[in-house]
Amino acid sequence: MTWDAIDIGLMLAKIAVLFFIILTLAAYLVLAERRILAWMQDRKGPNRVGPQGMLQPLADLIKMLTKEDLIPAAADRVLFAVAPAMASIPAILTFAIIPLAAPETIFGHRVSMQVTDLDVGILFFLALSAIAVYGVALGGWASNSKYALLGSIRGLSQLISYELSMGLSIVPVVMLAKSLRMSDIVNAQAEMPFIVYQPLAFVIFLVSILAECRRIPFDLPEAEGELVAGFHTEYSGMRFGLFFVGEYINIIGLGALASLFFLGGWRGPLLPPIVWFFVKVTAFSFFFIWVRGTLPRLRYDQLMHLGWKFLTPLALVNILVTGWWLSLR
Amino acid sequence: METIVFYILAAVTLVGTVLAITARQGVHAIVYLVTSFFALALIFYLLGAPMVASFEVIIYAGAIMVLFLFVIMMLDLGKPEKIQTPKLYDWCPAILLLVVITGSMGVLASRAATPLNAFAGISVQEFSFTLFKRYGAAIEIISMQLLFALVGALYLGRRR
Repeated sequence: MTWDAIDIGLMLAKIAVLFFIILTLAAYLVLAERRILAWMQDRKGPNRVGPQGMLQPLADLIKMLTKEDLIPAAADRVLFAVAPAMASIPAILTFAIIPLAAPETIFGHRVSMQVTDLDVGILFFLALSAIAVYGVALGGWASNSKYALLGSIRGLSQLISYELSMGLSIVPVVMLAKSLRMSDIVNAQAEMPFIVYQPLAFVIFLVSILAECRRIPFDLPEAEGELVAGFHTEYSGMRFGLFFVGEYINIIGLGALASLFFLGGWRGPLLPPIVWFFVKVTAFSFFFIWVRGTLPRLRYDQLMHLGWKFLTPLALVNILVTGWWLSLR
Repeated sequence: METIVFYILAAVTLVGTVLAITARQGVHAIVYLVTSFFALALIFYLLGAPMVASFEVIIYAGAIMVLFLFVIMMLDLGKPEKIQTPKLYDWCPAILLLVVITGSMGVLASRAATPLNAFAGISVQEFSFTLFKRYGAAIEIISMQLLFALVGALYLGRRR
């Protein structure tokens, strides 16, 4: 591997721009969620800070940074301190494999609009979603409080259950694209997005990512009616903020992946690629908020039954049928 | 460059594993072990095996260790109990392992090391062709065994 100065510079620039984009998007997704939920529930929502509340994320950031950082006396101090980072780092790292737009040529270098186009792209994503569990689990355990512990045990079992159906629902995509590389998956959808061939896999993936994000109707780990705030009950200030922002970064990342796997990523007619990608990701984020405003929370046994007895077998059958279809074609 | 990264990762792996063995608190031991798995996965990546690297993280760090963590959190052992000072008899397995390790290190060191072509990078396609064409029968046997284990676990779990 030979790297020259321009390559390294471009790489650093890509990482910096990506960081800026996802942190801004996550901050404004919080505001969008509050405004849209308010609109659905016939309220006003936050509209006082700046025009239409547009500066609210900034005000929230200042509030969180200046709040006292409490650590409970009985907590495991080190794990308590690092758990929020463990929850948000995998969410941010997922963006390394997401192509935002078509490759461009800058300074005579062919630049792909993603940080790295790994040969094992999908496996990288699955590995990150597998280790995202640790933030939830260790955060709740280190708090040494019964609500937090219950929340993190719930979170742990929920995340492992739905990871399975999520992983299995992407297998047909890999079978169709014949590659684990993200750019190949997008290129394979040049004629037709995979949602046309794989509507079932798309639905399973969508339900599983809702559960992976721990959103209503799958927000059992933080069910505020029974567990105060679940695994992050004891957190305050920016440590809570990291859990919170991590969740929203996760929503954007998983929405981006859903549009890459099933809707053709940045591909689309007329509009420039980056705009198409942004529209698709925004649509998924809106869908997440819409579901939150619409559905009640599942009971715990319903959650487990849905995952293990319905989604996982369905995903397996879907793989079988896809294989059969591919071999006949 | 790769050599420096390798030595850092190797150090993290070794220190992580040693701390995992010596940690008193179960959850801490798991965190150390997961750290060493990460470093190990990156070593695999450096050796040009990204598949193995991602499976190391997905299966070991993401599945097996999470289940261990789950069990430890459910049991909630509270304060780790005082362990008695080990007797000579307790040291036997450790000494046996030490002999095996020194023996294999000796064998490895006596051979001339063939340098790996750094970062050859095996593609997923090549990997799967080798796996399923050359070792197809072995894969089938292993998957049958896993199925038996699964059914067995289900039976034991169901029995009252």
